[in-house]
Amino acid sequence: MRYLPHTEEEIGEMLAATGRRSLDDLFAHLPDDVRYEGDIDIPGPLSEWELTDHLQDLGQSMFTGSSRAVLIGAGSYDHHQPEIVRSLSGRAEFLTSYTPYQPEMAQGTLQGIFEFQTLTARLLGTEVANASMYDGASALAEALLMTLRIGKKKRTVAISSAVHPHYREVVRTYLAPGPFEIVELSLGEDGRTNLSGLDEIDDLAGVALQSPNFFGVIEDHAAGAELVHGLGALYVACFSEPLSFGLFKSPGSVGADIVCGEGQSFGMKQSFGGAGLGMFGCKQQFVRSMPGRVVGQTVDMEGKRGFVLTLSTREQHIRREKATSNICSNQGLCAMTAAIQMATLGRTGLRQLAKLNYDKAAYLRKGLLAAGARPLFSGPVFNEFAVIFADDFEPARERLLGKGIVAGLPLAPFYPDVGNAFLFCATETVSKTIIDEVLEEVRR
Amino acid sequence: MTHGPGTNGLILEEPLLWEKGKPGRMAYSMPPSDVPEETVDEELLGEGPDFPDLGELDVVRHYTRLSQWNFGIDTGMYPLGSCTMKYNPKINEKMAATPGLASAHPLLEPEFSQGILKLHYELQEYLARITGMDAVSLQPSAGAQGELTAMLMFAAYFRKKNEKRTKILIPDTAHGTNPASAALCGFTSIPLASGEKGILDPAAVKELMDDETVGIMVTNPNTLGLFEEHIREITDIVHERGGLVYGDGANMNAIMGIVDIKRCGIDAVHLNLHKTFSTPHGGGGPGSGPICVTAELAPYLPVPRVAASDNGYILETESEDSIGRVHGFFGNVSVLIRAYSYILSMGPANLKKASQLAVLNGAYVKARLLDTFALAYDRPCMHECVFSDARQQPFKVTTLDMAKRLIDHGYHPPTIYFPLVVSGAIMVEPTETECKDDLDTFIEVCKTIAQEATKEGERLREAPSITKVRRLDETQAARKPCLTG
Repeated sequence: MRYLPHTEEEIGEMLAATGRRSLDDLFAHLPDDVRYEGDIDIPGPLSEWELTDHLQDLGQSMFTGSSRAVLIGAGSYDHHQPEIVRSLSGRAEFLTSYTPYQPEMAQGTLQGIFEFQTLTARLLGTEVANASMYDGASALAEALLMTLRIGKKKRTVAISSAVHPHYREVVRTYLAPGPFEIVELSLGEDGRTNLSGLDEIDDLAGVALQSPNFFGVIEDHAAGAELVHGLGALYVACFSEPLSFGLFKSPGSVGADIVCGEGQSFGMKQSFGGAGLGMFGCKQQFVRSMPGRVVGQTVDMEGKRGFVLTLSTREQHIRREKATSNICSNQGLCAMTAAIQMATLGRTGLRQLAKLNYDKAAYLRKGLLAAGARPLFSGPVFNEFAVIFADDFEPARERLLGKGIVAGLPLAPFYPDVGNAFLFCATETVSKTIIDEVLEEVRR
Repeated sequence: MTHGPGTNGLILEEPLLWEKGKPGRMAYSMPPSDVPEETVDEELLGEGPDFPDLGELDVVRHYTRLSQWNFGIDTGMYPLGSCTMKYNPKINEKMAATPGLASAHPLLEPEFSQGILKLHYELQEYLARITGMDAVSLQPSAGAQGELTAMLMFAAYFRKKNEKRTKILIPDTAHGTNPASAALCGFTSIPLASGEKGILDPAAVKELMDDETVGIMVTNPNTLGLFEEHIREITDIVHERGGLVYGDGANMNAIMGIVDIKRCGIDAVHLNLHKTFSTPHGGGGPGSGPICVTAELAPYLPVPRVAASDNGYILETESEDSIGRVHGFFGNVSVLIRAYSYILSMGPANLKKASQLAVLNGAYVKARLLDTFALAYDRPCMHECVFSDARQQPFKVTTLDMAKRLIDHGYHPPTIYFPLVVSGAIMVEPTETECKDDLDTFIEVCKTIAQEATKEGERLREAPSITKVRRLDETQAARKPCLTG
């Protein structure tokens, strides 16, 4: 096996050095009653060529192996991945390095993550950002736990029902063992979250809204943050499509205390939903309550600029059970990838790409409305939106599937009350030709 | 005097991203628009973030230079205890990028996602067979999240049984994440001292285990690199009092095909695919921490779970007792593809061989360095061994100094000052992908450094000297945090 370099002769020499007779003898002190019985019942070994054939078969059995367009976002977005992002993030020095506990030999990772934190903070409009979390869903759960830590004796958090349904499920999982209560907030006709009634909760620690929300609608974070602050609670702005901040006001700049969400859109393949990364920023005053790894700037013994992991006194390896979180890694390489993508776009590119997404979705939306669909909500959108079809949409959707196009995500499994509503997404990857094909089938 | 591969090469300076560039440059290939421009509500419009505008070569040079300041497994040896830094096969990167898998949307109907669901299902099965456990969830994104998942399941299990248990036993050799995960579930950790031999004493467990205690969190082999020889007795004690046993699988690399986790009496174990199953650490992630459990705990696993049916692979989303989701979709799938590829490349015999050779390498390094460093516990070790700086202290040279000196020789230092029970711990895990020649050079370098410690202490206290930066001021970094530029 090519990953195991030992020759029989070397094994013999090494055993002699250890005073053991055989490889089995190395385990002689293990009790009999815990030993593995027989051989492991799994297939293999496969050669590199057999493995490649096998994976290609699996890939080809996927709809996406041959599809032309998937007009679905809902937390996972199809964006072009620039070749430089793929090739630079794939450099083995980034890929095969360890968590940067030895800063002298990890300055590449450390400066890269410091830059990621900086670009993230600028994107989200927060004063600080961490080195990333597992994904958008767990980032939101950690954010709400953070509001509960800061709120000390407060026990309730409120969360918009337009936050991604899976994110809300993860929040429920994380909060389940604690003495906490989660209140879900309803939506207005414009698809924005209805915040009335929050003043009746007397131990409110935090309120979370997503924008663009699960229905694609842009929430009014400025008004939300003002109202929530008036109640003495913290305002958490969540997101699943950070590209929208290239066009719209950032949540931090209009008053959000914590901003968190999924960063897959910045250079990562969808890969059936992972690995992406959680992006997480907050106001400076809360930095010592923030979960997750952070990199800080400092100097070396010769006064030269350098970077280290810092504020570790918040963390599990120092504080153990009193840590701000149990998280001890970040999505390092994904954060590096996101930083490379943000650098590749720059301010100018991010703006243009965001506008292109906005225009593509607007073209599709207008076309669908002209073909007889009506909007589920009236609020403004970015690259995603929900519509309701008067007639059965399934036949048209079936015909489009036959042409390699997935036209929208049925919303009824997530929200049983919305009837025949579908959530559409159009990014820069979707051509006008594809959109026109969709519209033609809808009109038929 | 042996010198390792470390040498002084040309290091190129590189400023921070925003210290470069000019407004109006772009490294992105912007697709031309083929749709009409749409107006944006002025109320919503922002200015866009203050990102630097860079050209393509600006970006390429920036990240290439940064990468050259990094050390990775492809660069050299990482004898890092409890972290299993084995070779990350190149082919696995290509497999994770397989078209169709890499572009898969997670919300398409299962009938359109059979390939990735099959992979998911088979990997669940393989991990169950490798550990001996009955059911697996691949959702947790890292070891610490796998651990948290297990604690959430334990909490749900006792809620269902209407039992109020609030304490959990955690050995002093445990990873720091163990108490932090337990605390998130409202459990108070009760420290459990390891016995004189560096392993747990069943009598100590018996004394602390009561009806208000959830159970115990054990790492086996433990963080001293020793096998918990009384594991079965300990788990029996916990079970007799109605408790559950959590196994931290960080050290699974020592026991594949050799120890059956279920026969140890462990109810839930997490695996680190980025350790045992060769997926890259990526400078701190993405990892993957699947959780493997007994049939009794299977109903509490996160949903959705991938199952096989007559009509192909399906997603089970409803389960009354499940703790729910721990990830927005299905976990770090791109990491799962790499681990699946590794397992299939290895096959059953080579996985067992990998563990045997990992232990051989650990035992060999221990045997050859016995005269050089003080051994923490003189017991048969598994895949890693723990030394201390006791013999170097008289020369005022510490573990940190020797670790930093290893950098100058071209090695990543071992894990140091962990486990906490050994003062000045030096924890060496060579992993099975290192060949004897390279181990021999490493051993000779360690001997050289130990010699230097006796005569040239200053050189060690000032190490490293040929890296891009020297020792960094961590106190300043923490006191006046500068987290953004």
